[in-house]
Amino acid sequence: MFELLLQGVLLGGLYTLFALGLSLMFGVMRLTNTAHGDFIILGAFGALALNGWGLNPWVADVVVLPIAALLGYAIQRYVLNQTLGKDPVPSLVVTFGLSIVIQNALLETFSADPRSIESNGLNIQSLVLSDSLAVGVLPALILFIALIATVGLQWLFANTRLGRAFRAVSDDPEIAELMGLRSKKVYALATALAFMLIAMAGVLQGLRTTVAPSDGPMLLLFAFEAVIMGGMGSFWGTLAGSMLLGVTQQVGFRLDPGWGVWAGHLMFLFVLLVKPQGLFPKTR
Amino acid sequence: MASGNKDLLLQTRDLQAFYGDAQALFGIDLEVGKGEAVAIIGANGAGKSTLLKALSGLVRVPPDQIHWRGLPLGGRAPSEIVRMGLALVPEGRRLFPSLSVQENLLMGQESGRTGPWNLERLFKMFPILQEKRNQPSTSLSGGQQQMVAIGRALMSNPELLLCDELSLGLAPIVVREIYNALPEITSEGMAVVLVEQDVSLAQRMTQRLYCLQEGRVSLQGNSSDLTREQIRQAYFGL
Repeated sequence: MFELLLQGVLLGGLYTLFALGLSLMFGVMRLTNTAHGDFIILGAFGALALNGWGLNPWVADVVVLPIAALLGYAIQRYVLNQTLGKDPVPSLVVTFGLSIVIQNALLETFSADPRSIESNGLNIQSLVLSDSLAVGVLPALILFIALIATVGLQWLFANTRLGRAFRAVSDDPEIAELMGLRSKKVYALATALAFMLIAMAGVLQGLRTTVAPSDGPMLLLFAFEAVIMGGMGSFWGTLAGSMLLGVTQQVGFRLDPGWGVWAGHLMFLFVLLVKPQGLFPKTR
Repeated sequence: MASGNKDLLLQTRDLQAFYGDAQALFGIDLEVGKGEAVAIIGANGAGKSTLLKALSGLVRVPPDQIHWRGLPLGGRAPSEIVRMGLALVPEGRRLFPSLSVQENLLMGQESGRTGPWNLERLFKMFPILQEKRNQPSTSLSGGQQQMVAIGRALMSNPELLLCDELSLGLAPIVVREIYNALPEITSEGMAVVLVEQDVSLAQRMTQRLYCLQEGRVSLQGNSSDLTREQIRQAYFGL
């Protein structure tokens, strides 16, 4: 029982990293990035490509992060900012289009074969906790990074000038402009930050298992379920939603290997039914 | 005031503003001098709020229709206009609900302008805000929220403060408390434009007054010289 819970929480750590970027972009800009999962996969392939060009795998995993941030800044500034407004449809259509472009570009460049990022054996090492209990070093590391990322984002939003600007443009972009902020620039910074998280999630997914160009939509779905179950109140909510999804899927896997993902969907529907605003709704 | 007067801060010439296809302002000529308090009165829909929105950049107008210290101001972004020294206290206060009182005030510093106004001075003028500085802005009473909205604009240390209906929805005693702060605000040469529904209050608080009617100036003059009868005619167009 404890082991099951632990495995679920470790999986939840990965889902937290999938979900934080989505939560950040939705929270600041009310922008639903339907290409979110594809950008995660793009992050993993970015690290693979850098590695292929001769960079040490660990260096490649880190170097891909600032590149992702620049990409996120540019995409927001020159593409997504033009889609924002009262009507959510333009941003949905544009990110859906980006999703198709990324999937096909990856397919063209890297073929449909699943690949994984070289971890020098880290993915098979484990920590022995007791006679009957061991956890993988990599999943534990992923959980640790997910916790740091959640705490870090929460801190950034609550205590820094940039975080205050994020909240202000989210509340009322027109008045934020009156204060001297350039909302569109603040949006671009938010997306840059989100894309760093996205690339980190991609790299860790590639280290832990395999990635293929067509994996994106599945990751988007998990991120979605985690964010919506958590509610839009805070990054703690995203963490909680991810943990709930991870544990539920793990329980499902235990019952039958084919039931894991399906159990997650059922939990998602259940939460929508009993608490449609999510576990940590925004209180205003 | 003659144009070319070096104390002239703001001048509009034949200012026309539109909401989509609907025209809201039909050629407004307005002047505000350094350190001057000017009232804008008029019935609902006369164009008072639109005028302030045009001045602060929320409604875009052609460059030449507004001049700030002789430079064209029209068509600039709100974020640029606040840096030049115009700050708006918007109608309905519009505080940032997810920011605390102090965070709302600090947003005024995003313009990067410096001057006499800072948190310490604001808290001296409105002590209640210091007491409640860490509370969410939504937990404050209407009057206190208005103090935050004024304070937030002052934190950008403007040369011209534009106030849109400070008294809207507030009890008379609260309105008096807020307007009592005005002399301190203007004491260091800050100019103020007050859009106000309460005509006699507007007359008492300002040196000059403009009355708008259906997007045009129907009356202007020294606030203390205008008679009730003149204002009533200009207000209702009777």
